[in-house]
Amino acid sequence: MIMIFGIPIQAFLGQLLIGLINGSFYAMLSLGLAIIFGMLRVINFAHGAQYMMGAFAGMLLLTWLGVNYWFALIFAPVIVGLTGIVVERFALRRLYNLDHLYGLLFTFGLALVVEGTFRYFYGSSGQPYATPEILSGGVNLGFMYLPIYRGWVVVASLIVCIGTWVLIEKTRLGAYLRAATENPILVQSFGINVPLLLTLTYGLGAGLAALAGIMAAPIYQVSPLMGSNLIIVVFAIVVVGGMGSILGAIITGYALGILEGLTKVFYPEASNIVIFVIMALVLLVRPAGLFGREA
Amino acid sequence: MSDREILLSVRDLNAWYDESHVLHGVNLNVRRGETVTILGRNGVGKTTTLRSIVGILRKRTGEIEFNGHDLMRLPLHKTAKTGLGFVPEERGIFASLSVEENLMLPPKISDSGMSIEEIYDLFPNLYERKTSSGTKLSGGEQQMLAMARMLRIGVDMLLLDEPTEGLAPVIVQRIGEVLQTLKQRGMTILLIEQNFRFASKIADRFYLMEHGLVSAGFDADELPARMDMLHEVLGV
Repeated sequence: MIMIFGIPIQAFLGQLLIGLINGSFYAMLSLGLAIIFGMLRVINFAHGAQYMMGAFAGMLLLTWLGVNYWFALIFAPVIVGLTGIVVERFALRRLYNLDHLYGLLFTFGLALVVEGTFRYFYGSSGQPYATPEILSGGVNLGFMYLPIYRGWVVVASLIVCIGTWVLIEKTRLGAYLRAATENPILVQSFGINVPLLLTLTYGLGAGLAALAGIMAAPIYQVSPLMGSNLIIVVFAIVVVGGMGSILGAIITGYALGILEGLTKVFYPEASNIVIFVIMALVLLVRPAGLFGREA
Repeated sequence: MSDREILLSVRDLNAWYDESHVLHGVNLNVRRGETVTILGRNGVGKTTTLRSIVGILRKRTGEIEFNGHDLMRLPLHKTAKTGLGFVPEERGIFASLSVEENLMLPPKISDSGMSIEEIYDLFPNLYERKTSSGTKLSGGEQQMLAMARMLRIGVDMLLLDEPTEGLAPVIVQRIGEVLQTLKQRGMTILLIEQNFRFASKIADRFYLMEHGLVSAGFDADELPARMDMLHEVLGV
């Protein structure tokens, strides 16, 4: 049996894959959080609830309307994105001129209300969502068995992350967003409707969370608490990457997912805290995060 | 010049920063094709006047009419579409954007703007540094970039807030040449300037501000007769 650092290669690669899959969700979720914070300066605690809503939207679309996974990948983010737009337009917008704490408290309260509502109707225990047939089964790579759906999640999340990065860094719309992050009033004086940009940005961030949610549905149980279990880890990742840094969120998401997976191999007791230990160290050494700009 | 149509008309403009009443009834006109300079010591309300005209400062009363549009009724993002271009004192160059991205950022409002080739002819430094981050430019280059950004989109009038502040004499001279070129092209300019020597070579008309209102207005050819008064008020 081939060993790596005294660990069987199958166990090593298996945990590496799990780390990569977790990292894929971390990256997509922290990407949405980073976009929202970078642009709106809102610490969006409702992000976990929006991730959960994406999974539920996929499940309910299937149950009520027979909409399959592939269409749900489009409709679930659109539906949750639209709810995000309503929240921004009628509530969050009123808090921009106040301390960041108010946005945090509002979205935290919103998350509790949304999760409580779903728990009331659907209970706390998770509900299954079938893996699409074409992505069921697995491939024997010789040294490990790779479930096809998990491979798809890694590839799809990479495409989403790179696509979002290109949108922000390489397009005219992205230039508006980056400029408005620095000086929204001046950008508005150039004739760009910044309030509309803010609304769409929050919708995009919520939609990204929902996309991660529908992609997670076949792997994890669809449960009202699936977001709140994840959101604290994702916040730690955004802090390590640098609040508001798109590239930082993506790279740190994957890297810390993999690191967490490998910690499960070498020192399982530390796997639940390794991300938070790194966050604390990064805050001590580089408070703006690995990819953030010093204020 | 006085037979030209009035492009910008400001009547009884009052403005506040929170509870602080800063402008106390500013009146001024700018005719199409004119270069008008607002003179005044620090803190008399020159920058506030420009920010109120553009709409960045929203706590204001009075009348502002530009190119037939009532600017008091327009949201900030619609003011630029009337043809008014604002170059702020701090220049507003975006650190996360390259020079070219900064240049291309504002959407075009008419086809009368300069082409990108014309802009690079007028400001060759910007062409040489177009891939650099905007804030890596020198102060003079940043000022040129801030002006070029407005010229590209086809504005009818430029509002320039202290374009020469903190710049080396050779750069000030270059900006003066650029403004002369724009004047010859028929651009209407409202300029705030503490550098009186600079402004006196460019402006067709002057307004003098004191204590949040316009205390005097006069043509450039009246300058020699007004020098004693300007000495007293501005210390020039």
